[in-house]
Amino acid sequence: MTDVSDLRDLYQEIVLDHGKHPRNLRKPAEANRIGHGYNAMCGDKIDVYLTIGGDGRISDAAFQGQGCAISTASASIMTETLKGRTEAEAKSLYESVHALCTEEGAVLPDALDDDTADRLMVLAGVRQYPMRVKCATLAWHTMQAAIDGQASEVST
Amino acid sequence: MSLASIDPRSRNTRVNRTVERIRQDFPILSRQVHGKRLAYLDTAASAQKPEQVIEAMNRFQREDYANIHRGVYALSQAATDRFEAARARVARFLNAASADEIVFTRNTTEAINLVAHSWGRKNLKAGDEIVLTELEHHANIVPWQLIRAETGAEIKVVRIHDDGSLDLDHARSLIGPRTKLVAFAHVSNALGTVLPVREVVRLARAVDAAVLIDGSQAVQHMAVDVQALDPDFYVFTGHKLYGPTGIGVLYGKSARLAAMPPYQGGGDMIERVTFERTTFKPAPHRFEAGTPAITEAIGLAAAIDYVEQVGFDWIGPHEDELLADATRRLLAIDGLTLWGTSAQKASVLSFTLEGAHAHDVATILDQQGVAVRAGHHCAHPLMDRLGVVATSRASIGLYNDPVDVEQLVDGVTAVKRILKL
Ligand SMILES: Cc1ncc(COP(=O)(O)O)c(C=O)c1O
Repeated sequence: MTDVSDLRDLYQEIVLDHGKHPRNLRKPAEANRIGHGYNAMCGDKIDVYLTIGGDGRISDAAFQGQGCAISTASASIMTETLKGRTEAEAKSLYESVHALCTEEGAVLPDALDDDTADRLMVLAGVRQYPMRVKCATLAWHTMQAAIDGQASEVST
Repeated sequence: MSLASIDPRSRNTRVNRTVERIRQDFPILSRQVHGKRLAYLDTAASAQKPEQVIEAMNRFQREDYANIHRGVYALSQAATDRFEAARARVARFLNAASADEIVFTRNTTEAINLVAHSWGRKNLKAGDEIVLTELEHHANIVPWQLIRAETGAEIKVVRIHDDGSLDLDHARSLIGPRTKLVAFAHVSNALGTVLPVREVVRLARAVDAAVLIDGSQAVQHMAVDVQALDPDFYVFTGHKLYGPTGIGVLYGKSARLAAMPPYQGGGDMIERVTFERTTFKPAPHRFEAGTPAITEAIGLAAAIDYVEQVGFDWIGPHEDELLADATRRLLAIDGLTLWGTSAQKASVLSFTLEGAHAHDVATILDQQGVAVRAGHHCAHPLMDRLGVVATSRASIGLYNDPVDVEQLVDGVTAVKRILKL
């Protein structure tokens, strides 16, 4: 049945797993970049917590919030992906994920290791469901806002 | 032959009122979605349109269209007559005492804003109280908050019981000498609860408060008689009554409307304009500034013809039967919670599935051809009261049939399978 196979692209095992057992679902006390995300269409809320160390790299990424399987899985996968990356790398990942979720034929940068690329690729399943793109990108938008918010404070 | 012709002479032809027959009047119901039969279960958000409405609007635009209340030429006069006949049709539908009590608006939202800005600004002051209920759509909350900010009036909210019925004891304790307005939904869009209109109106009358009823979810399911229910204002929206978008109705008692200042200014609502001073037309035209939705008003009249021709004596039992069947079958699904189980209920099945978010449910149902609404149903305070972020809502209209219910139930089973619940 086509419907079920289409849906299996969206609700892959890895999405269901991250959706049901989200990684890094917590609020770290030492987080120094915090973003609040809200999807007005469905009422989903998410807070993203980043800890950026003295070396400019993300040492910890976590989130809290309530959402659908897609937004929760996306947030969970994001937190696993961000650790060890610089702010610039994190923002460029946001661009890649956004393209992945919205553009037919979008590919991830070659520089990404296979493991990360595989994990992110599952998010491409939303491409066929335009109404759900915001679910998949909410955490990433929020992460970007967390980084930018802090940066603008620093610059002033 | 169509079931409900807009030709008044054929108004008695109540032949063959079966759902199979009625479905043929709705062209969209024969299309497929994702290769599946469409089970349209989102009538509470907006109803599909019968051929009779589509055709009435089409024909008017092709053959009789002109602006109204302006031209002296024949077409304009005829269009004006059609528009005013639509107003009279609405008046008969609600059993209003006069067509002058019917104001055309864009939708329910504009009708409530009209009352809030015109009646509210003039009549409310600091210390006055507006009584709403926890069930209200944002359209019956936000306009009053805007007026509260301007006038200093306060908003009091009548609680609901856990089954979604109104707590009348609480209503009794809230409605008092400071109450100037009681505004509430006739039927809840999120839960389907039918509110005890007569009791609430009685409480309001006892303290001389005005009453506004939001009938957006009522007029498509039951006959409404504004003289029997006796509110000061009754509002509804055309697109949920199998009519077009862009047209809504404010019913207001003559004496109320006559004492209200204009809402918007412009053409059509004035008698005489000079730069020093303008005099306004009486109601209802005073409240209809600018060129109105002429074609849509004619479409609404055709929708009312259609609904009345099918008849509430058929619609009521038909929808109740589907609602009861769907309720029973959904409740048999493990992990499913139904929100809104009041004995007095219409059309709506709001549910959550343990371990699944409403949006995932709706996406998977959509793939099975089942269209339901998922989200907060423009009722954040109600969702907060229930302690849920979002529900999935299936709602029933006159064209739904047992196959739609079957498809919904099978769809929910598929959701559980795909999400491995
Ligand atoms: C109870 C209720 N009130 C008000 C509205 C608003 O209707 P509209 O958007 O047509 O103004 C709706 C529908 O969305 C509703 O269900």
